Amino acid sequence: MSSSRIPVLKTYKLYIGGAFPRTESGRYLPFAAPSGRVLANICHASRKDARDAVKAARAAFPGWSGASAYLRGQILYRLAEMLEARAEAFAAELKAQGQPLPAARKEVQAAVDLLVHYAGWTDKVQQVFSSVNPVASSHFNFSMQEPTGVVAAVAPDRPGLGGLVGLLAPALAGGNTVVAAASETFPLTAITLAEAIHSSDVPGGAVNILTGVRNELLAPLAAHMDVNAVVYAAEDGAAWAEARVQAAENVKRMIRRAPAAPPSPYAILDTLETKTTWHPVGV
Amino acid sequence: MTTPLNFDTTWRYAPAPESIPVRLRKSYGLFIGGEWTEAKDGRTFRTINPASEKVLARVADASAADVDRAVKAARRAYDRVWSKLPAAERGKYLFRIARMIQERAREFAVVESMDGGKPIRESRDVDIPLVAAHFFYYAGWADKLDYAFPGRRAAPHGVAGQIIPWNFPLLMAAWKLAPALATGNTVVLKPAETTPLTALKLAELIQDADLPPGVVNIVTGGGETGAALVNHPGADKIAFTGSTEVGKRILRALAPTGRSYTLELGGKAANIVFEDAALDQAVEGIVNGIFFNQGHVCCAGSRLLVQESVAETVVAKLKDRMATLIVGDPLDKNTDIGAINSKEQWKRIQGYLKLGEAEGAEKYQPACALPEKGYWCPPTLFTGVSQSDRLVQEEIFGPVLAIQTFRTPAEAVEKANNPPYGLSGGVWTDKGSKIFKISSKVRAGVLWANTYNKFDPTAPFGGYQESGMGREGGLHGLLPYVRLLDPEHS
Repeated sequence: MSSSRIPVLKTYKLYIGGAFPRTESGRYLPFAAPSGRVLANICHASRKDARDAVKAARAAFPGWSGASAYLRGQILYRLAEMLEARAEAFAAELKAQGQPLPAARKEVQAAVDLLVHYAGWTDKVQQVFSSVNPVASSHFNFSMQEPTGVVAAVAPDRPGLGGLVGLLAPALAGGNTVVAAASETFPLTAITLAEAIHSSDVPGGAVNILTGVRNELLAPLAAHMDVNAVVYAAEDGAAWAEARVQAAENVKRMIRRAPAAPPSPYAILDTLETKTTWHPVGV
Repeated sequence: MTTPLNFDTTWRYAPAPESIPVRLRKSYGLFIGGEWTEAKDGRTFRTINPASEKVLARVADASAADVDRAVKAARRAYDRVWSKLPAAERGKYLFRIARMIQERAREFAVVESMDGGKPIRESRDVDIPLVAAHFFYYAGWADKLDYAFPGRRAAPHGVAGQIIPWNFPLLMAAWKLAPALATGNTVVLKPAETTPLTALKLAELIQDADLPPGVVNIVTGGGETGAALVNHPGADKIAFTGSTEVGKRILRALAPTGRSYTLELGGKAANIVFEDAALDQAVEGIVNGIFFNQGHVCCAGSRLLVQESVAETVVAKLKDRMATLIVGDPLDKNTDIGAINSKEQWKRIQGYLKLGEAEGAEKYQPACALPEKGYWCPPTLFTGVSQSDRLVQEEIFGPVLAIQTFRTPAEAVEKANNPPYGLSGGVWTDKGSKIFKISSKVRAGVLWANTYNKFDPTAPFGGYQESGMGREGGLHGLLPYVRLLDPEHS
């Protein structure tokens, strides 16, 4: 009897504004395992999906950037807990997409550790990079960091999980909200990560994840007037150069990052702005 | 209502012209590789005094070939001398330059006011002292870079191409040169077309300071010269201060290259006055915010957002104060508002004055006598503007203030953040917690609370959004001029 049970397959959808909608375009891309067997019909996200995601990210920005650094740290740590708890599922899914199991297990562990690392930065990055400035007049003067705003993140092909987590974690740690374009080689992992994010107290809209063709998503995100920065870890130099031209229109911060860059507070700093405040000293 | 100030007396300020003599040559060449040289094609342009329209000097107009010579000279100096010099010695050159600027401060101040039109009081008390302070501050960083970026080693880019505006000519040169040199870069600097003289005099000073040839190269010219520098592949890093429009052009030009850049662009700052502010001080701050340097200030408080309950009072006090401002000879120590920097800028401002009236706003200018020659604009305010008016959205870069009102703090913040810029802002209130709340909500790089237009070499300056990227001043001002290397991965 048990042998005749039909397994329940998962539908892989987009993650926008804390919900899992299908692409508004109705388009899909069959995604096959190395064996050729179709694993899923992933959503082929459209420009409109990208715009919707930006809108959701902007709406989530006041809440996420306004949350205390302690709270953001706890939520990122919670996400690490969720990943750890689902480590085997993530590893199995990476394997199904072509990653050998031992390497997949290592990658999941590395992603968990990366999240723990960045969770610990949320309430320290300000202390490392801010300053009280000894101006030569009777003013109290200090410089501190604030998040840039809505960050578009383009994940590398691989590592399938670590590549995306390595872009999301520093941007979130700094208080930004994110619209991410997933790896085309490991798209299923990106959506499963969205499910973990969804159960980690990350507010809806703070992270939005789109699957499909990254260059099709990069163009509208780079040109979008309500995106403040783009972090790019894919490897298409021509697409990146074209995106930089588009991005000039609202002077976006354009950050190129290595696919498996080691964690660094400077990755957080890339998506922060420095604000200097002056006040007279007197009675 | 307030009692108007009474200035209707027979008492008048006597002229008090600055009398320090300055030595200006009839013509200036390009400063390349430590030597003065003509432009290859022999072209020159005139720089004039905007207060008299008299020619001050002829200046070489650098072509792409000249820029190429300058970049190569900078590269040679980087490879052969500057990158090999111990950091402490680099610093000593900068200390020396700072001291020599202090020695010749008054001369520089006079030339700055003659070439650019700004009141001598400002060039003497603000621009030139800040120039010396900026070199002195960054001089000390040269041998301390290991302490600036935890976990990273700071390495120079190589050759920095720097393009500066005409509103604070020598100060912007100092903001660019001092951190670039302290971090070990060599430089090609392009001053603005209308205000090249103090940078050229700085080149003379740099010669006197025995700075190795080619470490600083100065190429004068207009937009084409700047474009040649931006497009030169040998300039490893481009630093630009100027309009957002040109900044975007530079971004597009650099997009296909891997070259590094930082931009300090335009602004449309809101100066927010709450009903609980010390209103007389706020009025002084509003005046300083928009009429300082004829409003030729990227961080000018060009929008006044005043709480509705005190709007009438504040506007009345402001008009009253504006009537006392002295517009005229930049070299007169009593002058508050000097000459508009150029005919081109004067036309641009006039265009906005007409536009404001066409958009239905109400213009106020105090009656004041303007000199016959030169380019002048009396202090101006507009009331009755809407959020979508171009007077509210666009940078005018002149002594023109747009006044709006608000009822709640949230409304003030929303209006303040509405234009695409984000360079600066002002908050006036006597309530400390409100200062922190509002200054953290305004999306801008510099917030002045109960003050405005203050600058210091230790205080990072720069914009959010379309006001640019990167900071100048302070520890953060080192970052644009270094590559951060990971000691474990390099």
